[in-house]
Amino acid sequence: MDFSFLRDAAANNDWGALWPELGLGCLALLLLVLEAVLPARAHRHIPAVSIAGQLLLLVALHFDWARQTAPRETFNGLIGLSEHAGLFRIFFILSSVLASVLAQVALSRQKLPRTEFHHIILVVSAAALLLVESRNFVMLFVALETMTIGLYILVSYFRENPRTLEAGLKYLIMGALSSALLLFGIVLLYGAAGNPGLDGHTAHPMQFAGLNDFLSANPDNFLCAAGIVLVLSGIAFKIGGFPFQIWIPDVYEGAPTPVTALLAVTSKAAGFIVLIELVRVFEPFQWLVEPVLTAMAVATVLFGNLAALKQHNVKRLIGLSGVSHAGFLLLGVVSLYQVPQAAGAIYFYLFAYLIASYAVFGVMTVMAGPDDTRQELADYGGLAKESPFLGGVLACGLGSLAGIPPLAGFMGKLFVFVAAFRAGHYRLLLAAIAGVVISIYYYFGWIRMAYFSDETAAAPGGPTRAAAAAGTTIKVTLAILAAVSVILGFYQPLLGRLVSGL
Amino acid sequence: MSTLPLDPLLLAIGTPLGLAVLIALGLPKRIVTKLAYLGFGVPALCALWAWWNFAAAAKEAHGYAYLARYSTGLDGFGVSLELGLNGISLPLFVLAGVVGLAAGLYALQSTAERMKTYLLLLLVMQAGLMGMFASVDVFFFYFFHELALIPTFIMVGVWGGRDRTYAAMTMTIYLTVGAMLSLLGLIAIYVKSGATSFDLLTLRDTLAARPLHPLTQQSIFGLLLFGFGVLVSLWPLHSWAPLGYGAAPSSAAMLHAGVLKKFGLYGLIQIALPLLPLGALHWSHRLAILAGIGNVLVIGFVTIAQRDLKQMVGYSSVMHMGYAFLGLAAGVTFGLGGVVMLMVAHGLSVALLFLLSTSVYHRTHTFNMEQMGGLATAAPTLAILFIAATFASIGLPGFANFWGEVPIFVALWHFSPTFAAVAVSGTIISAVYGLRATAKVFFGPRSEGFTEVEVAHPPADLTWGEKVPALILLGVLVFIGVCPKSISTGINAALTPAPATLTAGR
Repeated sequence: MDFSFLRDAAANNDWGALWPELGLGCLALLLLVLEAVLPARAHRHIPAVSIAGQLLLLVALHFDWARQTAPRETFNGLIGLSEHAGLFRIFFILSSVLASVLAQVALSRQKLPRTEFHHIILVVSAAALLLVESRNFVMLFVALETMTIGLYILVSYFRENPRTLEAGLKYLIMGALSSALLLFGIVLLYGAAGNPGLDGHTAHPMQFAGLNDFLSANPDNFLCAAGIVLVLSGIAFKIGGFPFQIWIPDVYEGAPTPVTALLAVTSKAAGFIVLIELVRVFEPFQWLVEPVLTAMAVATVLFGNLAALKQHNVKRLIGLSGVSHAGFLLLGVVSLYQVPQAAGAIYFYLFAYLIASYAVFGVMTVMAGPDDTRQELADYGGLAKESPFLGGVLACGLGSLAGIPPLAGFMGKLFVFVAAFRAGHYRLLLAAIAGVVISIYYYFGWIRMAYFSDETAAAPGGPTRAAAAAGTTIKVTLAILAAVSVILGFYQPLLGRLVSGL
Repeated sequence: MSTLPLDPLLLAIGTPLGLAVLIALGLPKRIVTKLAYLGFGVPALCALWAWWNFAAAAKEAHGYAYLARYSTGLDGFGVSLELGLNGISLPLFVLAGVVGLAAGLYALQSTAERMKTYLLLLLVMQAGLMGMFASVDVFFFYFFHELALIPTFIMVGVWGGRDRTYAAMTMTIYLTVGAMLSLLGLIAIYVKSGATSFDLLTLRDTLAARPLHPLTQQSIFGLLLFGFGVLVSLWPLHSWAPLGYGAAPSSAAMLHAGVLKKFGLYGLIQIALPLLPLGALHWSHRLAILAGIGNVLVIGFVTIAQRDLKQMVGYSSVMHMGYAFLGLAAGVTFGLGGVVMLMVAHGLSVALLFLLSTSVYHRTHTFNMEQMGGLATAAPTLAILFIAATFASIGLPGFANFWGEVPIFVALWHFSPTFAAVAVSGTIISAVYGLRATAKVFFGPRSEGFTEVEVAHPPADLTWGEKVPALILLGVLVFIGVCPKSISTGINAALTPAPATLTAGR
């Protein structure tokens, strides 16, 4: 019997290229093994193992990303490593290590098993990495489902809280709907591209490269157009683009705060990186994709900001502000057609967003009472007086999200705006600027509550208790996040090259 | 070229900023109040050094001296921290140093709550102001402006007086709109010029070789005019100013009204006019109408109607910005020189007026002028200084403001005699409200309210802590008033090439 096909497959499967994903997976399994092996009193150290392991991976990746390699494909075209693969890996692992740190704080107030939570965070991150590296719709779908199923569990993790359960159910139903839309779109594209009766049909219709060739040969195929719109809708759920943002406020409110952070950062960023890849794949259908995304960008910016104006629950507020950030990022995506360097601007924006978001989510986690879903703006009254440290971190995070210089978020917005201007989307820019001005109102409303308000909140999650309870780890993490937010605003030796030539 | 081992411009920005970082890291209050003198003093000394050596300093492209470039990792994007001064930015750099010193000294003698944070914010603001005028890179010019602007909001919101939350919110939203519009305009210049750098010198060279299409120039200039216009309180986008200044703590009001507000005018003169001369031509009549009718006449009458001393000073500053806009609209070198001179003079005089108003408040416990009267007997020095500041603000000869207003009036006469008449009548208006306020506060019969206050807290004359910053400001006002050549030589040298293109198009 001839086993050469196995040899071929083995030669093409570059497992070594996937070391960070494998590392995350092994770390996740290690946590479970440790729980089974270690005596019960040593279990409290397991999260520290998770965090230490991820930090180790980050250090290793730091040496890896500096050498930008040419884009390459492996696993017979299932996986593609772009020139920025190292950057994305750092991004997602950074997000997961921060989520793990927040989880430590949030779980300390609950009587719930901890190891599983950290385990699932790792699995979700590994899936997110595979998601942005997939160059094949089967791979994309499998990675997406792995990530989403992990998030289903995490969203309803605080299972004694009815609001959390409600959020879990809503996320499950909406997530299933989005998967169905995405899958239907993939099937339509597969069916059209694999149809031998059409010109340029391909033997690999699931493959991005093959699909792109087919689309170039048939730039007006209706079936493909329908498929593309459905695929984009499925992705729009992940990034929270209008009109698929509808699940965001409820789910963000109900989910445990570290999970909200994962949803806001990892899930959204993965969606955007996939979207950038798909925009390239769907390039022959620019006539369709560009207007759809443009309309979505305007609607998302305006909806997110207007809806956030009247929120008094900070988790809902940050969720809707996240919707508006999706709108600003879509502005960059739309500009990709005329200005390919806009991708760098989007990556920079995502990094700034990650750091600012985790600063804010970190303060929220510290401030939260035993009921994680009830976090009101009023709880922040007098925060800056009671704890200047938490107030300062909050101001840095919110200011960066609002896009105020000298904070990192401003640079992200500037780069995206320059890209959009270069691409000639003037009306879109005006909408975005209107969005920025509206957003100032609610971001400053929050800062005003923390700084200008005289009366100290008496709520259980009030600032006095929170300031006293914050541990060293979270304090150091928050201090680093705030400092990076500020420094990245005017000094960008590492990330600056992303926007070279913009 | 700088003979100092350290770049004095960088030092002027870095000292206050570094101190602010140290305070944030938890320096004890006792040391902070000592070190803060350094944080406000060093920028002022650096500014004086730059002014003293400017004539002798080697001039590089476009009359810039002390040029230095520092990479911030964005060279690929065309942004780097580039510092330098030309004849236009030098007087404003000095203004920022002097007003910053006065505001800092005044803050140090005040009894503000949470003094450390207050000083931290003031120092950040000071660093931003010095950087704003020293930046040759358009991006950093905007960046430093925002750096100085953000502390203003917080200071109004936390240490402000009446309606502070509302005032802080209004200011934030108005000024964000202005800043975003001007940012869009600056991006537009960068992208449309085709230059690969935000460096102003490169932009000038690129656009001189390949000017933009007149229609493009018009739309970009429009964006910048309204963006900067909000920041400089161009009528009818001014309403944040009296509200904000009315509520702001004195040092913040001094720095904002005195220095930060000049950002918009400076941007128009240094960036918009030389880069978009045809755009300026298109807008000049509309600008003159808005500024002449709105800022000078309407706001002038509104100022007369004010009863609140601090609000009156706030409105008067809106009104004086009208002169500056009229000078811009006239668009000849002579008028532009007047605008730069007026920016400096107004910055000094309005800061002095805010300082003295707060000192008045500490003695009368009210800003309402109906509740005062006869303060001159108890506080003669305060009265003398206030009268001098009012005279300066009206524009009497001997003060710097005179040399700002006269060239503007002359330039306006060539532009349109009607507007010259409007502007000159503005002087009468400002004399009316200025002198009336002086009379009400310091002379005339005591109101019942003030008599009660006087019994409870017998008012004393100015302390040295208040006198020193006031005398610094007044001294510079008089020095420039007597010796305008000290700064006008540089201004003329910097302006002469630029508006030649402007008048050629006319």
